[in-house]
Amino acid sequence: MNYTYKVGCSIENLKGVRDFIRGSLKNHGVTDLEVSEIVLALDEMCSNLMIHAHHCNPDDLFELHITVKNSDPVIFEIIDDGTVFDINQFNEPALNNIIHEKRKGGLGIRLVKTIMDRIEYQKREGRNVCRLTKTVHFNS
Amino acid sequence: MIHIKRIQEDGADIVVLIGEIDASSSIELDLAIAKSVGEGFTRILIDCSALEYISSAGLGVFMSYIEEFKDRNVKMVLFGMSEKVANTFSILGLNELLQIGKDKIEAKQMVS
Repeated sequence: MNYTYKVGCSIENLKGVRDFIRGSLKNHGVTDLEVSEIVLALDEMCSNLMIHAHHCNPDDLFELHITVKNSDPVIFEIIDDGTVFDINQFNEPALNNIIHEKRKGGLGIRLVKTIMDRIEYQKREGRNVCRLTKTVHFNS
Repeated sequence: MIHIKRIQEDGADIVVLIGEIDASSSIELDLAIAKSVGEGFTRILIDCSALEYISSAGLGVFMSYIEEFKDRNVKMVLFGMSEKVANTFSILGLNELLQIGKDKIEAKQMVS
């Protein structure tokens, strides 16, 4: 099953993104705790994209695709036309440094890497695709 | 998205979070805590019992006060978290860095 959500780059739209993810995964009986972790990771990826690659321009659209097939790992793809920021190339600051420098950022990328199994970047038809993969448990 | 109320009980400031905190609303959490400190409160309780969701932007706000509160001898305790919200804090081990109580009674004991 494929789910698609297309949305403008305003951070006011993050709530809609979260509701879309929750709704899609609940259709398949993904456990609540796993849904909440996935929402957290994707909220981070989408807010980073909106803020840093699109400067919160509501006219810039991106797409979020969710693919759930049998009991395979769930695939999430974020597709846009902005500047790519590869979080695999980013060394997130240590927690102690975050406290010491009173930084309000830096936690998010650590969360995404902890929650997701794999994060890959590719080009498809000239667009950026960030693909995140996560093994989940389905309630029977 | 987020409603924040402040209630004073026994000289402590209770900041009540209702709804969801994300990149668009974390500034309101930051302002509420800054206001509490600015008014001179040294015991701040964060009521999370109606907090439905918190993103890394919200976690970052709490983290950013740890050092300042240590220097100024301000005690902050979060309490009443749902299982999902508590899990968000524990994924990165922030539950070890912040003071988190079970309920208001325990939180009051922790700041006294």
